[in-house]
Amino acid sequence: MSIMSYNGGAVMAMRGKDCVAIASDRRFGVQAQMVTTDFQKIFPMGDRLYIGLAGLATDVQTVSQRLKFRLNLYELKEGRQIKPKTFMSMVSNLLYERRFGPYYIEPVIAGLDPKTFEPFICSLDLIGCPMVTEDFVVSGTCAEQMYGMCESLWEPDMERQAFEMTCPVSRIIEFDRMSTTVDSKWDSKGIISKDGRCGNNTASSKSMI
Amino acid sequence: RDTGGVAWARAGRTSRKRLHGAVKMATLSVCQAPCGGFSFDYCRRNVLLEAELAKLERSVPAARKTGTTICGVVYKDGVVLGADTRATEGMVVADKNCSKIHYISPNIYCCGAGTAADTEMTTQIISSNLELHSLSTGRLPRVATANRMLKQMLFRYQGYIGAALVLGGVDCLGPHLYSIYPHGSTDKLPYVTMGSGSLAAMAVFEDRYKPDMEEEEAKQLVRDAIAAGIFNDLGSGSNIDVCVITKGKVDYLRPHDEPNKKGTRAGSYRYKQGTTGILTKAVTPLDLEVVEETVQTMDTS
Repeated sequence: MSIMSYNGGAVMAMRGKDCVAIASDRRFGVQAQMVTTDFQKIFPMGDRLYIGLAGLATDVQTVSQRLKFRLNLYELKEGRQIKPKTFMSMVSNLLYERRFGPYYIEPVIAGLDPKTFEPFICSLDLIGCPMVTEDFVVSGTCAEQMYGMCESLWEPDMERQAFEMTCPVSRIIEFDRMSTTVDSKWDSKGIISKDGRCGNNTASSKSMI
Repeated sequence: RDTGGVAWARAGRTSRKRLHGAVKMATLSVCQAPCGGFSFDYCRRNVLLEAELAKLERSVPAARKTGTTICGVVYKDGVVLGADTRATEGMVVADKNCSKIHYISPNIYCCGAGTAADTEMTTQIISSNLELHSLSTGRLPRVATANRMLKQMLFRYQGYIGAALVLGGVDCLGPHLYSIYPHGSTDKLPYVTMGSGSLAAMAVFEDRYKPDMEEEEAKQLVRDAIAAGIFNDLGSGSNIDVCVITKGKVDYLRPHDEPNKKGTRAGSYRYKQGTTGILTKAVTPLDLEVVEETVQTMDTS
């Protein structure tokens, strides 16, 4: 049992053919007591760039706000949208500054390069160690269940339609298992592809604790 | 100071007294531009949080560690560095193919074991400082300089930065290999291993190391040492990366060997459209920027 499961929460991102998807649950609770079912954990950081934050709710909000502040300064200075890989370095730097008193969050980043539209996903640990993968990234309370589902369901170069099903299905299935993320809506903030983003697919899972 | 001042002025004369403490603190904390270096703001809060949650039998989340087997060997013309590619987070493999051989300078590379974020950031900091130093001296940097910079930084933090490194490179004085421990001690040796799989790798080295080996022999030795770590240590796994540094060039072989390739799946587990009920769907079309415009004229006469 860790501080990460005090508020609960899970985020994941998957990479497909010319698109990425990011999804999270929407529960905000204090240990077993649920407080609200519409808590935002995925934040847009650009047209085609999203960051999902799992962990202690107060740090989720603080980090997303401080990150947006730094990102705004960057965009004003550079006059363009940030690339996902650069954004990952920015998040890593923000988290490593607090190496000896960290934020209790584990971010997941998903997006497309603003010019080449190349898909990009990555995750970081709570002190900012970046990990870029070719397939999927998971973080949060039911990480182990998510690893299992993603390993079995993910295939390379999945087309957008197939993607729309795989991401949600793997979320719902592991939600059924975890008491700190159960019985809440899950929210897929994006199948992000170059011509548009398909957002806010909410499906409700009525499962029992 | 500035943001506090603005809030003060906007508030007006009558409410200045009331706002003295509260508003100043709130505006200061959010709108501060990053100023570099470590920030110890949250240490007090985290200690209290951990104490509170220890009462409820909860623990601190684990930072990603690189369980690891890393090693290096000096051969006739240079240095060969080797590393596995597994990063763990507690008992789960977080990254199956992470890169543990970090760039320091064109002629110096460093393998890192221990806390993954620490090895990543420490090598990046020293790499930047070494480049500035090299521009200042006008010379290719020396391995001893990188070693001195690393050990002085790690000693300053008394081992709290958990980075165990194998530093190797070739400079004007020949090939050099150092091992650097998290507390700041270093050893200059012809062959070194670090990480949780270091004993397995050292066993292979002690058996087959000879001075002045050929390149292929040295690469094979490093590959076998890392393989021993991968197969006998739970904290190491996946592929073997090798970096061969000689006087004029660097060969970064990633991956050099893949002894743990994932098997092919027997069936397909795709779900049909409509398996998951969708409550709401909002599609936002995005504008595509015109990046390049070319005009092709056609002769239609």
